[in-house]
Amino acid sequence: MAVELKMPALSPTMEEGTLAKWLVKEGDTVKSGDILAEIETDKATMEFEAVDEGTISKIVVPEGTDGVKVGEVIALIAGEDEPAEAPVGDAKPAAEQKPAAPEAKPEKAPPAPEGGGEPAPHQMETAARELVASASRSPEEPEVPAGTELVKQTVREALRDAMAEEMRADDTVFVMGEEVAQYQGAYKVTQGLLDEFGDKRVIDTPITEYGFAGIGTGAAMGGLKPIVEFMTFNFAMQAIDHIVNSAAKTNYMSGGQMRCPVVFRGPNGAAARVGAQHSQNYGPWYAAVPGLIVVAPYSAADAKGLLKAAIRSPDPVVFLENELLYGQSFEVPKLDDYVLPIGKARIAREGGDVTLVSYSIGVGVALDAAAKLAEEGIEAEVIDLRTLRPLDKATVLESLKKTNRMVVVEEGWPVCSIASEIMATAMEDGFDDLDAPVLRVTNEDVPLPYAANLEKAALIKAEDVVAAAKKVSYR
Amino acid sequence: MTSEEPRRNLRPLSLHVPEPRFRPGDPVDFADFDRGRAGAVPRPDPDVSPEAIREVAYSLVRVLDDEGQAVGPWNPRLAPERLIGMLRHMALTRAYDDRMYRAQRQGKTSFYMKSTGEEATSVAAAYALDRDDMCFPSYRQQGLLIARDWPLVDMMNQVYSNRGDRLKGRQMPIMYSARAAGFFSISGNLATQYPQAVGWAMASASKGDTRIAAAWCGEGSTAEGDFHSALTFASVYRAPVVLNVINNQWAISSFSGFAGAEATTFAARAIGYGIAGLRVDGNDALAVHAATEWAADRARDGHGPTLIEHFTYRAEGHSTSDDPSKYRSAEERSKWPLGDPIARLKQHLITIGAWDEERQAAMDREVAEEVRAAAKEAEQNGILGEGLHFPFSTMFEDVFEEMPWHLEEQLGEMTEEWKASGR
Repeated sequence: MAVELKMPALSPTMEEGTLAKWLVKEGDTVKSGDILAEIETDKATMEFEAVDEGTISKIVVPEGTDGVKVGEVIALIAGEDEPAEAPVGDAKPAAEQKPAAPEAKPEKAPPAPEGGGEPAPHQMETAARELVASASRSPEEPEVPAGTELVKQTVREALRDAMAEEMRADDTVFVMGEEVAQYQGAYKVTQGLLDEFGDKRVIDTPITEYGFAGIGTGAAMGGLKPIVEFMTFNFAMQAIDHIVNSAAKTNYMSGGQMRCPVVFRGPNGAAARVGAQHSQNYGPWYAAVPGLIVVAPYSAADAKGLLKAAIRSPDPVVFLENELLYGQSFEVPKLDDYVLPIGKARIAREGGDVTLVSYSIGVGVALDAAAKLAEEGIEAEVIDLRTLRPLDKATVLESLKKTNRMVVVEEGWPVCSIASEIMATAMEDGFDDLDAPVLRVTNEDVPLPYAANLEKAALIKAEDVVAAAKKVSYR
Repeated sequence: MTSEEPRRNLRPLSLHVPEPRFRPGDPVDFADFDRGRAGAVPRPDPDVSPEAIREVAYSLVRVLDDEGQAVGPWNPRLAPERLIGMLRHMALTRAYDDRMYRAQRQGKTSFYMKSTGEEATSVAAAYALDRDDMCFPSYRQQGLLIARDWPLVDMMNQVYSNRGDRLKGRQMPIMYSARAAGFFSISGNLATQYPQAVGWAMASASKGDTRIAAAWCGEGSTAEGDFHSALTFASVYRAPVVLNVINNQWAISSFSGFAGAEATTFAARAIGYGIAGLRVDGNDALAVHAATEWAADRARDGHGPTLIEHFTYRAEGHSTSDDPSKYRSAEERSKWPLGDPIARLKQHLITIGAWDEERQAAMDREVAEEVRAAAKEAEQNGILGEGLHFPFSTMFEDVFEEMPWHLEEQLGEMTEEWKASGR
């Protein structure tokens, strides 16, 4: 009986890699722990070891193959040690069999995966993949003068370029945080900055978000322009005192004598299979605070143009990125100095029937839903808020005036959310334009679970947006 | 700033940024590392005042010498059977780590973290604590659970997030939680367990209970505010707690200098707080046992907390997402001046005539087989990507003690949707 060896996922977000080298050949006997192959990703080279014993019966993917998808069968092992009690006729995973343990917890049978088919084995299941797919299906064009050359760039590269350009232009700008220098950033957003700017301007810090948020705040008061990177905003809750109680109030409490031009940036919101403590959206938290600018871009062009604006801002800025978007490519204008206005939403898609308001990764979901709605004859207008504070109410209300129906899409919890704020705005300032109550599509009101099916059930989905848009359209 | 311009005729200030000694490709030489002589550090009684043992915070408590003899006042004088038990639990921990690491490479789980080279800091500590003392571990103390004979299958079920996962698919792999093993839920946010351990210990003292608490964090995490708050409270209220710092030299790619190691030791952090500080050879299971036992006795007798720095080396990457060859010299591991904890305890047992190579080889086969059998069993419950192991209704449970009306409503709506969609 053959055991299929599949392309492993070396990290939760890995989609594909290069099978650099086979260290075994067909006919070789391998045992648990033997190194079978070397696999490369853009992040690292890893050795791939055998877990099971047997003989390599076939090498399916030859060495030197690029772009091998996670979960693809790369070799077959003829097993010699399969336990006799396991009546599997092929390489079907154990999970497909009846539960072995009678005390297995779920009372009901788990729901079948969507679409009826089995998920590709060994490709890590995650609802995050669907969120990213929404983004990749929904390209949006940047707003630039006609004739501007556009180049494809990932959000990661756009953010890096924004920082590099501002650091070149202004030697008071520096970046600090955990792993930003030697490691090139936990998510490689600061790639190359240490080489160009040296370790006095790209500074690895001790592990204390509370500490270096305060250091950044102090350095900003001392005349520098710090970019403080949080490995994720989930780790920055301990830093919130400096952000809210100090940075946001420096100008006000000094009677206008002092400024705190600091940028706090890093990934925010859910990522792929990282569970309850690493999957939270802090947009509503920071957007509640007077004195803070809060930016949450979706596309690479917006990420670049708004980060440059944030670095130049004399006010403290919380700049919320999204790990799942880092690797997504968008068109970015090739301009020497592409800076966008803070506090200005943009129409990501025009339409006259219903307004979908969102920000960050929710924009991809909204655009995806808009494409589906178009197939049913409903033209949705999609608004990307881009900045959460100050909130561009005018653009939202203008669109509402046109469509008279609105759905807010937010990858975050429903209670006291940006969605709540948009709904209040529609109620206070757009009441006469409403033909239906505003609805919101948000994550479930629970900590984000790790298991793939629960994660999927908890996160926003384009189909839910479609359903909500039809509901407010009475269709 | 009163003036925007630096004053003339004064030397400009400069900023110091720590830099590790060895980077990838560098030859490694630890010849100037002073590990001290085994048996040389004096062992005061556990009721000693913290200021009387300041020197221990700058020394290295070592029991096993290069010949494999247990020497000096810190020798815990354990029976050979107990030493063999420790050796086996360390070997089991290593075998478990190897298996689960490879399982991640096979796509059976999304994430894993090994404790290779640091097994003594968990296993020997667990042996020195009472079984019902409460542990507040960081994410690299799987050895505590294993030393307390917690079932490997249960741990693997969590790592695989399968239908046997006692955490119901809610936590990332390796973030175990085992109340019955006195093992608090692992948190992904660093050092939060430190003040919590002190709080637990204060509660235990306040209730007149007999159990003490122990916490673990990495040297990198000592930079966190939580660490310092914990030490302040532990000192003020003389909390019955053992606070362990696992100084494995690397916090992902940041070497210990970024947590302050260029200037002082981590054990010496205790001194300013008026806490007893011990610095021990973390690859010497007997030294770890002796220091933990000393600290536990001190706590039980009402003399308060102890901070123990375990000087060790993270032999592998931070996690399955890390590639240490990008930032440190591969030679560091083989040149590490304090050796490997399993090899050293094995050498000691052979030296005293309680063990031999044949028994070692047999034990290695046994633990590998035990891990393998456990993995087969756990995989019957499912692995990553092979299952929708918990019905979505479980997502709404345990958010609160009782499910509030709005979550009941959500659950109802979701159930209707599933039914309506024909799934």
